[in-house]
Amino acid sequence: MIEFLKRIFGPPGSSSTAKERLRLVLMSDHLSLAPEMVEAMKRDFIDVIAKYVEVDRDKIEISFEQQDRALAMLANVPILAVNRHNEAPKKPEPAQTPLPRRKRRRKSATAATPQAEPAPAT
Amino acid sequence: MHVFADDPDDHESAPAAAAVPAKLGRAIVLTSGKGGVGKTTTTANLGHALAMRGASVALVDADVGLRNLDIVLGLESRVRYHLLDVLEEKVSLEDALVRDKHNDKLVLLAAAQTREKDEVDTDKMCALIEQLRERFDYVLIDCPAGIEMGFRNAVVGAQEAIVVCTPEISAVRDVDRVIGLLGNRFRPQLIVNRLRPQMVKKGKMLSVEDVNAILRLPLLGVIADEPEIIVTTNRGEPIALRREGATAAAYHAIAARLAGEDVAAPTVETKESFMEKLGGFFGGRK
Repeated sequence: MIEFLKRIFGPPGSSSTAKERLRLVLMSDHLSLAPEMVEAMKRDFIDVIAKYVEVDRDKIEISFEQQDRALAMLANVPILAVNRHNEAPKKPEPAQTPLPRRKRRRKSATAATPQAEPAPAT
Repeated sequence: MHVFADDPDDHESAPAAAAVPAKLGRAIVLTSGKGGVGKTTTTANLGHALAMRGASVALVDADVGLRNLDIVLGLESRVRYHLLDVLEEKVSLEDALVRDKHNDKLVLLAAAQTREKDEVDTDKMCALIEQLRERFDYVLIDCPAGIEMGFRNAVVGAQEAIVVCTPEISAVRDVDRVIGLLGNRFRPQLIVNRLRPQMVKKGKMLSVEDVNAILRLPLLGVIADEPEIIVTTNRGEPIALRREGATAAAYHAIAARLAGEDVAAPTVETKESFMEKLGGFFGGRK
């Protein structure tokens, strides 16, 4: 009976849980990174963007997606303001104007060419 | 049932010495990474299904140390020599091949039970598979679980791979790894095994689409989780030997697809569950 009620009112089937767990586990398999390292990478990634432009940290979405057996990192970074007096930041790297949204691709088995994604109006 | 093209039943004749480069058979490894997903059962059934189409088929149990294919085929009492005996040239290939009791188009080369996987010489294994390809239309290699030496030796002589995956996270993850290891050379195709359509419908099991959204392989077939398979394994008579029933039909469809026939797409979950219901209905009346 409890099982029945759980089924009616509980969350949808466990297959969606399985899908999500599988997605996460394969992500770290393909990146050869532990989940906490992935989190650290996300933070660093946002920090780098934030060095150049003012971003809305609460609205940043970073996800990973399977694309033809290669893994792609998708980041949607709303930009609040572009720093006008855009002198080089503290570090000496050549400053490339970052797109509001960028798509990166990590290799899994074969090297895949990165796809440029048109910049959306955020 | 049609006869499979060339080389009707003359594989009694000249073995390796036949220098004439006749058309070689296809060596296909069945692998999965994870154990217990049904590689051996699939190998046995697919072997029978291909042989029932008239093709000559050799099944090679590459699971040295844990041999089981002979049991599933019901041939355990006939096995006298094994893979390592042949590789070490203790007996001729001919002496080690066990002919099936139901279909003389089908032979088994059993694994050694009391030896270890790393005793297999990779080059010799490769040569042996080549030798079998000269004599049989299909050489199906039942790969051991794992991705170590046993896996490598099982794969080395094959040109094609069939990966067997159940709709479980662990199985999908392991198959994903195996596909990475296989690379592009083996053109792997997918069999989703032990699917429970009713559970998929209720959202309690990964669907074929869920699995293949990750693996992205050509789908060769879907086999439902059928309790009768346990019964057939108990008896040593693979279910594909039956000429009716949804599961036998699924194996025969895989064999046809493998032979290059344009068989309807195997993603028929609702249909399968319908068939299952039918099966249950009729089964209940027996």
